[in-house]
Amino acid sequence: MLVPIIIGVSFLIYFIMDLAPGDIISQMAGEGTDAQIQVLRHQYGYDRSVFYRYVMYMKNLVQGNLGTSFLTNKPVWDMYRERLPETLKLALGALVVSILLSIPLGILSAVRSGTLWDNAGMVLALLGLSMPNFWLGLLLIILFSLKLGWFPSGGDTGFLSIILPAITIGTGHVAIITRTTRSSMIDVIHQDYLRTARAKGVPEKYVIRKHAFKNALIPIITIIGTQMSVSLGGAVLTETVFAWPGVGRLIIDSVHQRDVPTVTGAIIMTTILISIMLLIVDLLYAYVDPRIKAQYLRKGKG
Amino acid sequence: MKDKVLASRRYRKRSQLAEIWHRLIKNKGAVAGLFIIALLVLVAISVKHILNYDTQVVAQKITERLQKPSARHIMGTDNLGRDIFFRLLYGTRFSLAVGLVSVAIALTIGTTLGAIAGYYGGVISDVIMRTTDIFFAVPNLLMAIVIVTALGANTLNLMIAVGVASIPQFVRITRATVLTVRNQEYVEAARAIGRNEFAIILLHILPNCLSPIIVMVTLRIASAIITASSLSFLGMGVPPPAPEWGSMLSDGRRFLRGYSYITLFPGLAIMMTVLAFNLVGDALRDALDPKLKK
Amino acid sequence: MMADNQEIILDIQNLTVHYVLEDETVEAVNDISLQVGKGKTLGLVGETGAGKTTTALAILRLISDPPGVIKSGSIKVRDIDILSLTKHQMEKIRGKDVSMIFQDPMTSLNPVFTVGEQIAESVLLHEHLSRQEAYEKAKDLLEMVGIPKFRAAEYPHQFSGGMKQRVVIAIALACNPKFLIADEPTTALDVTIQAQVLELMINLKEKYGTAMILITHDLGIVAEICDEVAVMYAGRIVEKGTLEEVFNRTRHPYTEGLFNSLPNIHRRHEDLQPIPGLMPDPTALPKGCAFAPRCSYVSAACLERQPYPRAISPTHTVRCAAYDDPGFMIQRRQHE
Repeated sequence: MLVPIIIGVSFLIYFIMDLAPGDIISQMAGEGTDAQIQVLRHQYGYDRSVFYRYVMYMKNLVQGNLGTSFLTNKPVWDMYRERLPETLKLALGALVVSILLSIPLGILSAVRSGTLWDNAGMVLALLGLSMPNFWLGLLLIILFSLKLGWFPSGGDTGFLSIILPAITIGTGHVAIITRTTRSSMIDVIHQDYLRTARAKGVPEKYVIRKHAFKNALIPIITIIGTQMSVSLGGAVLTETVFAWPGVGRLIIDSVHQRDVPTVTGAIIMTTILISIMLLIVDLLYAYVDPRIKAQYLRKGKG
Repeated sequence: MKDKVLASRRYRKRSQLAEIWHRLIKNKGAVAGLFIIALLVLVAISVKHILNYDTQVVAQKITERLQKPSARHIMGTDNLGRDIFFRLLYGTRFSLAVGLVSVAIALTIGTTLGAIAGYYGGVISDVIMRTTDIFFAVPNLLMAIVIVTALGANTLNLMIAVGVASIPQFVRITRATVLTVRNQEYVEAARAIGRNEFAIILLHILPNCLSPIIVMVTLRIASAIITASSLSFLGMGVPPPAPEWGSMLSDGRRFLRGYSYITLFPGLAIMMTVLAFNLVGDALRDALDPKLKK
Repeated sequence: MMADNQEIILDIQNLTVHYVLEDETVEAVNDISLQVGKGKTLGLVGETGAGKTTTALAILRLISDPPGVIKSGSIKVRDIDILSLTKHQMEKIRGKDVSMIFQDPMTSLNPVFTVGEQIAESVLLHEHLSRQEAYEKAKDLLEMVGIPKFRAAEYPHQFSGGMKQRVVIAIALACNPKFLIADEPTTALDVTIQAQVLELMINLKEKYGTAMILITHDLGIVAEICDEVAVMYAGRIVEKGTLEEVFNRTRHPYTEGLFNSLPNIHRRHEDLQPIPGLMPDPTALPKGCAFAPRCSYVSAACLERQPYPRAISPTHTVRCAAYDDPGFMIQRRQHE
């Protein structure tokens, strides 16, 4: 299930990037002779179809070779590996903050559905969703960095410097996770088995926290998973705004410099990472919902 | 218990459309959203006749650069002396155009594929869905970046890039609805009286799929506008000197200190527009939900 | 209604419950009174929408407020005034002194917990046992309702409808309640399974001496399992008495109509006799007798005011203005 997607995705990206203007070979060869160019063409498979080149590329990929950057002449893989932890720092920070905020908020909104609390909360969430996150980042810099001087405005300079970027990424998350938690809880709140629980004498707060919430988790887990992947992709914007040395900025800088191998390599690696994460999310479902676990087991046997 | 209560209400006669409209209007957010959208459309259509593109939107007037908001320039001027308010107004055209065209592309391709997958099932469906999954696995923005890098940065490519990123959503939702609808009894009934397949798809299946699709359209327009302005912000969208809101934000980056208004206003414009579509989309989703519980 | 030496477990007096909605009020339960003695089973009969479930939920105070409001009346369980209890005290009573079984077993159980856990939860809430002991007791209860012990570790989706309902019964009886409310416990089940579940309930009732209200629209079930019957219509009890009295010496025209509408296997060629008309809209109940528009014995007095409960015998009451005339009698066709 995972492997075909990885193959599909990597091929898709490779194929499109292959269409990019700019002859890679001439860039590499510079001022070599025609014969030398021919050799290079053959070596890199440019005298064959794109499929051939793709297969070669993937063969190299699994051995950890993503090609060499036009710009720095360093292996793309090294550059990617350097930058990945930086991006993960942001993604994780944003995730932790947003989960801690949005799940309680979502539950509260669901339980007090229809009241002022709920409506105000939902409007705020919608506002957070509608804001372009790079704009939010800029505003945060203006206020907290430039005017108040509390936080640094760029680069990874320690713990304090993670905060503004994490908030920037996190706001979008909080908005979506809160809304999903709320709607999922509202669906569950009307279920009959909660009435059974109450009839047993289960105190109301446990009815919500134990009985209702566990059932509401599935959509919430899905959305957390997708948000993680969105943030890996969208970190591009936040990293640009905060001059953060992560994968996102690597991609953007490479695009601007026409460093095709780096762009291709970084994007493919990112998507592979995301697919793996989504797979983990899928496995989490089975852990939470016994009906899904049963489906998996059945499929395994059959 | 509650359902019995509601079922005993006197049956109110009202056409379906009127009922949906009524529910929509009740939602204050939706009304605000619709109002804003109407305003934006109005601006987008009329601004071409009110402002002169070359002299008022694009022309550089170094003598008037970096002026804070005043009576002459309601939102101030940018670093090239251009009136920000005028540029914002003109930018409406770009944002709405990209939003609408890209979603139109996604809608056409996506619903067709989704309907085929849902209706015929089997191998066709598998192939379509696997391909969709692949596109879906790439984050919106990255996909758009890849396409723009390959094809070049101009308005048309931007629309294509953003549109392609939205196709998977439409495929999925169309297929899901078609699957549910196709198994309903009224489809069997139509077949039983002898309708041919094409007519069935057109007359019975599609109309019932409309609701979730309409909701998706609204929400994807919102998403498309954000993606488009993100790309422009990164320098990969509409090329300068076009007054695209995202590009304007990018311009403002060098002048954060002291000239924050350059950053403030375009961002507000994006937010208001996206918010409007999100409000309407949300309200539509609630209004079209037959299981509405109040 | 009760013989004086009976211990009364449930005593409801003049209970009125309304649902107050935005533009209208649903008068779900209107001035009902009933009592159930220890070990007895009261059948609460009526069509959908008559107010039976609302009554049941009111006893456990499970009616969501808003929009449900208990407008007046009293509910006492063994002399405990239910309506004056705090939320905490109420939680102590639910599942322990009074239990409830709901109608649809398919949705009554929480899908993400094992049945053993769900039964044990009830035990843990009300008795001072360790988790281990509670789980063991849960297994015993499963056995009691006819499910093998080892299935305690399984999830609800692994059980059929009938077995799920047995689990629900096990949960309800886990702490030996004095009083059980069963809201159409077999309606959602196949007929053959119905019989099994009913038999289970009868056995358990006898074993534990539990008093019970059985809500149903099925007169056949009432005949099998109930000692007393109360017939509800539009939120009011129109007739109540012992099983024998209500079935063989029926008084109220509505009850008569219910019996008449049962298909008679010995008279297969006769037309079915449904009660003409529909139940009134509970948001707009008439000031007179609610059944009047459909009643074949209707008179002017019926439309004027609410008939009061008239005692036919120490145990049999009926709300019908026609009995103001001492010579009046309905024509209930005698059944074989």
